[in-house]
Amino acid sequence: MNPESVEGQGSLLRFINWLGQITIKIVSELGAIAIFFVYGFTLIFSLPFQFRKIVQQIYFIGVKSFLIISLIGLFTGMVLGLQGYYSLVKFGSEGMLGAAVALSLIRELGPVLTALMIIGRAGSSIAAEIGIMRISEQIDALDTMDINPMRYLVSPRIAASIISFPLLTALFDVIGILGGYLTGVLLLGVNSGIFFNRIYDSVVAKDITGGFIKSLVFALLVSTICCYQGYFTHMRPGGYGAKGVSLATTSAVVISCVCVLVVDYVLTSFLL
Amino acid sequence: MKKYSQETIVGIFVLIGLLCVAYLTIKLGKMELLGGNYYHISAAFDNVGGLKPDSSVQMAGVEIGRVQSIKLDTENYMAVVRMKIKKNVPIQEDAIASIKTSGLIGDKYVSIQPGGSDELLGEGGVITDTESAVDIESLISKYVFGSVKK
Repeated sequence: MNPESVEGQGSLLRFINWLGQITIKIVSELGAIAIFFVYGFTLIFSLPFQFRKIVQQIYFIGVKSFLIISLIGLFTGMVLGLQGYYSLVKFGSEGMLGAAVALSLIRELGPVLTALMIIGRAGSSIAAEIGIMRISEQIDALDTMDINPMRYLVSPRIAASIISFPLLTALFDVIGILGGYLTGVLLLGVNSGIFFNRIYDSVVAKDITGGFIKSLVFALLVSTICCYQGYFTHMRPGGYGAKGVSLATTSAVVISCVCVLVVDYVLTSFLL
Repeated sequence: MKKYSQETIVGIFVLIGLLCVAYLTIKLGKMELLGGNYYHISAAFDNVGGLKPDSSVQMAGVEIGRVQSIKLDTENYMAVVRMKIKKNVPIQEDAIASIKTSGLIGDKYVSIQPGGSDELLGEGGVITDTESAVDIESLISKYVFGSVKK
């Protein structure tokens, strides 16, 4: 309710007007992101193939996230082993620990936590880097030199994400299971044969493909949103210059995180 | 220390990642690279209560295969269970297939008891002798309401 508008007709009209504005803004933003993604994605396959740039981006997105993903995976697995043990031991079925750890890692925690960590580590810097290139007019310079900035900046990052995300997710899963083994078997004394056999029995191919589908979708989502936020820093309503870059980085991280979690729910309900 | 080029480091990263993927898909996902090591048989049950695709098929407690699909035969309302069995395990045509539970509330599995016939089941063979799942709930309710001894 708008307090200053007393006349009923006027405030209702204003509300409908406002609703329409918001809707048009959201829809056109979504459309812009979709076009941005399709354009950037198809440019991956344009010749000459930008092998070097993709390798550089894999180095930045994938290799440099290697340690942090290993660390997070290890501790996630260890805490799952601990928590799972204390829940399962009440029912005397601590043999199920392996299955509990492996399934929750492969189906859910692996893809999501990996995506969240990469957003924090690489996504923010992608948005900031492209954003600064935009406000210091380097992107315009690229355009002037007849280099397609989408092809030069965005496509290698999308390609590198598509390659890095599933690999890092697999690493996360394997190290997480190792972490579960550390606490479950070495610390709390679950039989190691039972632990691993339960994993082999309960994990099926569908769980693993589901996890990889998730991580691929997250890769497309995160790289597109982060590049988009940086690329259009100059069009933000909030501010221009350094303020614009800081806003773009913040919204890249926030929007990517929210999207990853929302899409994770939707995908899970489809994949189940 | 020797400085490695970016390509080498990326190569090592991709290699480690692919090793993890391979471990997950082949060891845990039981992906069959060739897929030719199985033959398929089917059996019709009155009630498969709780059996799922990919449940194990066992003989003498040893896993010899997996359930592939469960369909309802609408002609005589039986559940038709299709199983894949390892090639090196021969099954006689008078073998008995029954649905068992591991533990009291554990997973359901198909147990196959070998028969005495000389005829072996081949690809697409059908086990005619079946025993359905024991419905523990109705057994318990019978016990509770005292009709088991009658």
